[in-house]
Amino acid sequence: MSHGIQIEESPTTDGDVITNYTINFGPQHPAAHGVLRMIMELDGEVIERVDPHVGLLHRGTEKLIEHKTYLQALPYFDRLDYCSPLCQEHSYVLAIEKLLNIEVPERAQYLRVMFAELTRICNHMLNIGAHVMDVGAMTPNLWVFELREDCLNFFERASGARMHSAWFRPGGVHQDVPEKLLVDMGNWIDNRLPELFGDAMSLVIDNRIFKQRNVDIAVVSRDDAIAWGFSGPMIRAAGIPWDLRKSQPYDVYDRMEFDIPVGTNSDCYDRFMVRVKEVYESAKIIKQCLAEIPEGPIASQDGKVSPPKRGEMKQSMESLIHHFKLYTEGFHVPEGEVYVATESPKGEFGVYLVSDGSNKPYRCKIRPTAFSHLQAMDMMSKGHMLPDATAILGAIDVVFGECDR
Amino acid sequence: MTVLHSAPKITSNEGVLDALTKALGKSVISGEEKHGEIILTVARDSIVDVLRALRDDHAYQQMMEIAGVDYPDRAERFEVVYMLLSLTKNHRIMVKLSTDEATAVPSITDLWPNAGWLEREVFDMYGVKFAGNPDLRRILTDYGFEGHPFRKDFPMTGYTELRYSEDEKRVVYEPVKLAQDMRTFDFLSPWEGAEYVLPGDEKADEETNGKGGDK
Repeated sequence: MSHGIQIEESPTTDGDVITNYTINFGPQHPAAHGVLRMIMELDGEVIERVDPHVGLLHRGTEKLIEHKTYLQALPYFDRLDYCSPLCQEHSYVLAIEKLLNIEVPERAQYLRVMFAELTRICNHMLNIGAHVMDVGAMTPNLWVFELREDCLNFFERASGARMHSAWFRPGGVHQDVPEKLLVDMGNWIDNRLPELFGDAMSLVIDNRIFKQRNVDIAVVSRDDAIAWGFSGPMIRAAGIPWDLRKSQPYDVYDRMEFDIPVGTNSDCYDRFMVRVKEVYESAKIIKQCLAEIPEGPIASQDGKVSPPKRGEMKQSMESLIHHFKLYTEGFHVPEGEVYVATESPKGEFGVYLVSDGSNKPYRCKIRPTAFSHLQAMDMMSKGHMLPDATAILGAIDVVFGECDR
Repeated sequence: MTVLHSAPKITSNEGVLDALTKALGKSVISGEEKHGEIILTVARDSIVDVLRALRDDHAYQQMMEIAGVDYPDRAERFEVVYMLLSLTKNHRIMVKLSTDEATAVPSITDLWPNAGWLEREVFDMYGVKFAGNPDLRRILTDYGFEGHPFRKDFPMTGYTELRYSEDEKRVVYEPVKLAQDMRTFDFLSPWEGAEYVLPGDEKADEETNGKGGDK
């Protein structure tokens, strides 16, 4: 070499055999998105096998629900996937309503759809921010957290609580929203969200490092995605336009016009981009809701299911009795079993509710979105490098409150 | 019954139950349609064949969930419920079977790889065994946990609790000690269907039986 460049030789082991070694990823690891312990078998820096150990956040939610009345069990759903509380409540209240077969007033349906979509934005802000931070970018996370803060403020103004709202109730929602909140949400959707989110995303989506870390990582074929029970952005990134809001519409989703973003390559980058696009689609849905939302009651008029207004209770004996019965005994749900699944931001969140006709659920099985996705972690990360594991985890969008229940 | 609720709308159930019962033949013990859900109860040993037929011949491509349920009064106390989803027909059905503590259920991990963890969960929570699952470890409970917590006869408080012991410098396991009585409120109306004896009512029977009502 005339310029004096020396070609480096790969280091050798001089004939020694190096065996694979096993490391512990988590349970306390900033990129594990909670308490995930993964036993990883590594060949050098290449992942040979992953055995995720879940359950470190198991609280026995399903058992606790069996000991509560239907209404008392509702707040547990906020605490499952604590990044998208209202979407979890959505499945549960719909399951109860399906068993009761009660009508939900239109305004309540619009409010639910609107806030479910706001929750989706809120959830994606967290996941997008965390994902880019897992692969090394700092700034976008700080910016999208500003937006997340705005969402939480909206939740607070609607329900009184920032995260654990307990706002969706069987038969409708807990209370009506102030007019000013709807106006502010409209302004936020029109101005602040596209501006700040656009800025933050302009830093990453064409960023060379970000693409190097995500493109062609954890490619899952269509057939595998179906066989492993993928749902939500994970199955859409595989190119399957499957969205429960579109194919199995609940509440007023059938009146909404929105597109389903799908991926082409089914890698971590596609999963990320599907979420980015979904934020804009959610914004579209919220705008339609704001334009179309009718006036009217916000909870079922059936006094046996939804509580009376405070004012009525001062005047009417019947209302007072209803109130007392609802908050002590609760309502009885007809015998039967249903499985109701909705499109939570992370995928299909299902509730299998068995009622024995009493005031408490006989069995409430919760289908977490993360279970199928995390189970495929071994399949997805085989042959990738150790640092890719964080990108794969980030793209799964896993929250352990929901995975472990 | 008119549908008033706004829960997810799937393709109509019309004719599906009859078609599936006919196609699956004698492995189906019973089929019902209630609350808009189609539930097929099948023989335990034929579950793999039934689910394979549903997947390959009837386009239920995804198996989304396996749930265990405990009915202590029944001879075969556990139910295992499989939720199937068809992406092409946009339809859902439930397939269930029953078993007891001793009898193993054939595993469906060969049909759907994601059944592995779901079966592990049912095993962990209820103690239902799955024959053929290559990795039937506990999944959600603690390492070294004993018992199956979601059984109806397992107390909600559990049997052991753990804390960090400053003396031993490690986490120690101890029997559960409750600082106050477990608060279980029963608000069922005593006028409509509560099946228990109110405190004091048992004396009425004693008096009538024992003394013959000589007061």
